[in-house]
Amino acid sequence: MDTRIELYRIQVELRQFEKRAYDLFLRNLVKGTSHLSLGQEAIAAGFALAMRPDDWTFATYRGHAHTLARGVPMTPVLAELLGRGTGLLGGKGGSMHLTSAGHAMMGSYAIVGAHLPIAVGAAWSAQYRETGQVAVCFFGDGATNIGAFHEALNLAAVWAAPVVFVCENNQYMEYTPIGTVTAVPQPAADRAASYGLDAVTVDGNDADAVHETASAALARARDGGGPSLVEALTYRQGGHSRADPGTYRPEDEVARWLARDPVVRYRKRLADGGVAEERLREIDDAALAAVDRAEKEAVAAAPPSPDAVLADLWADGGAAWRN
Amino acid sequence: MAELTYREAVARGIAQEMRRDDRVVLLGEDVAAAGGVFKATPGLLEEFGPRRVRDTPISEQAIAGAAAGAAMTGLRPIAEIMFSDFFAVCWDIVANQIAKSRYMTAGQVGFPLVIRTANGAGLRFGAQHSQAVENWAMAVPGLKVVAPATPADVIGLLAAAVRDPDPVLFFEQKALYPIRDEVPDGELVDRLGTAVVRRPGTDCTLLALGAMVPRALAAADALAAEGVSATVVDVRSLVPLDARTICAEVARTGVAVTVEENPRLCGWGAEVVSLLVEEVWDELDAPPVRVTTPHVPVPSAADLEDAALPSAERVAAAVRGVLG
Repeated sequence: MDTRIELYRIQVELRQFEKRAYDLFLRNLVKGTSHLSLGQEAIAAGFALAMRPDDWTFATYRGHAHTLARGVPMTPVLAELLGRGTGLLGGKGGSMHLTSAGHAMMGSYAIVGAHLPIAVGAAWSAQYRETGQVAVCFFGDGATNIGAFHEALNLAAVWAAPVVFVCENNQYMEYTPIGTVTAVPQPAADRAASYGLDAVTVDGNDADAVHETASAALARARDGGGPSLVEALTYRQGGHSRADPGTYRPEDEVARWLARDPVVRYRKRLADGGVAEERLREIDDAALAAVDRAEKEAVAAAPPSPDAVLADLWADGGAAWRN
Repeated sequence: MAELTYREAVARGIAQEMRRDDRVVLLGEDVAAAGGVFKATPGLLEEFGPRRVRDTPISEQAIAGAAAGAAMTGLRPIAEIMFSDFFAVCWDIVANQIAKSRYMTAGQVGFPLVIRTANGAGLRFGAQHSQAVENWAMAVPGLKVVAPATPADVIGLLAAAVRDPDPVLFFEQKALYPIRDEVPDGELVDRLGTAVVRRPGTDCTLLALGAMVPRALAAADALAAEGVSATVVDVRSLVPLDARTICAEVARTGVAVTVEENPRLCGWGAEVVSLLVEEVWDELDAPPVRVTTPHVPVPSAADLEDAALPSAERVAAAVRGVLG
């Protein structure tokens, strides 16, 4: 497998999927809320490709990209966004809770910071059972100011747990710039020293750089070197969520970051490196075709059966609270 | 048969399960080297070592979160939250993550874990270390809720909780840690979701949980001296709830009195009374009565704490009131 081609393929698929998800919101086919990773694709792609198939992903409500990057097919993901019975979670979770245990994608967590300690627990389990697995936990810059972040970092460091914490610093919590509410300029990297960890930053809009940083952190964790905290600098090209047009962002700032679009940039790098335009176009076309197919299948799928309301609260499949 | 204290039963129950299954691990503040602040976990570090018995920082979110992550990836953790009041600082992990993730993922992930906690009043610790919060847990779909009242039940229900594939909140009543009772030898494994009749009677049915069980029994003794025969049901498990036993035992006497340590509003007895009204209305001779801690925080001074919690006298008085 050519790593660079694969990094490009994943990024293009994520880009096309997220654009389509946005179109479907505009057509009012996606209800509820949704948080896109447009502009942040290089982080999902760079890490996913560096991970072992049994390494665990823990993601946030901005989780479409991390789910797809682990190899989860587009159709059930899109069907979940559309509230279909064939959705990845049978319509029970929605956009913010994408999970595919079979792909070691252990969940998308919608309470900021909650999954950091959970990822530590998974890492502890790998350490205890000596499986060599690593937990990779993605979160936004906003999560660095919540208590669970600090509790998890400390415990992971004390236990030398094989976990890689990845802060996707997209510059904005929700509507507020992270810099205006944080005591240090680098919300994650500047806190690393508190837990005896190195300050690691990476250009989150450069899939090669992310892949290299990810590989090093994963190897360190697998070799018993304990946790890492990586701050990937990136930019959310859209608003925080479906409801947010993101108009609070200065135009020149948006323009500056759009000029560093990870997908456009990576395509140019491959072209400059000698990959034929035809090959790149094949990848582009295939991604678009995959999204078209997924949309068609997801839109055509039936809604969930109301019976699902009372399913899967407990391990026995039911929801009984009494005899 | 050996006589054990309730606190000794905790350690015996944990050890029983850890010997049986090496996926069972214990974590919490002061649980290892110190043997627990209530001395409920002594000897476990020595027997099972620091890989399986882990002291943690004062980080309740990390404790509950680590237990969750370990449970969803193949371990069977027992986490301790030192005082049940501290659930308030990790309730996100418990109520939003552990309780909901199986449902939200259509069964893809599960949380076979137990969170033990010292619950309730009796030690004059004041409002932030004395609450009975079993009703908080009961209000969240996805959590099983157990509160043993005897040393034998501590072992048997803890074993059942550890072996259960779903998350169980295990409320140890801190007032009960010193009580002593006979415990059968050998492995004890009970069943969740089962209430037990502690004392059969014919005139009224007292439904009690945790530290209120001995008080209900004391009330029954006092009533017996007056010629009133009270059944005492130890509810033991709020989720799942043994509705059959509860309804049958109330139907037998026609008079129900709940004895609850939790504060009044939305206490577990409210749900039980609702159940009785819906299902055994025709068998009731009088409106069910609830004896609870009033809807106030638990005060500290001994006289005030005693006045706030349901006492055997208050329970007996409530029964007299119903029977006229």
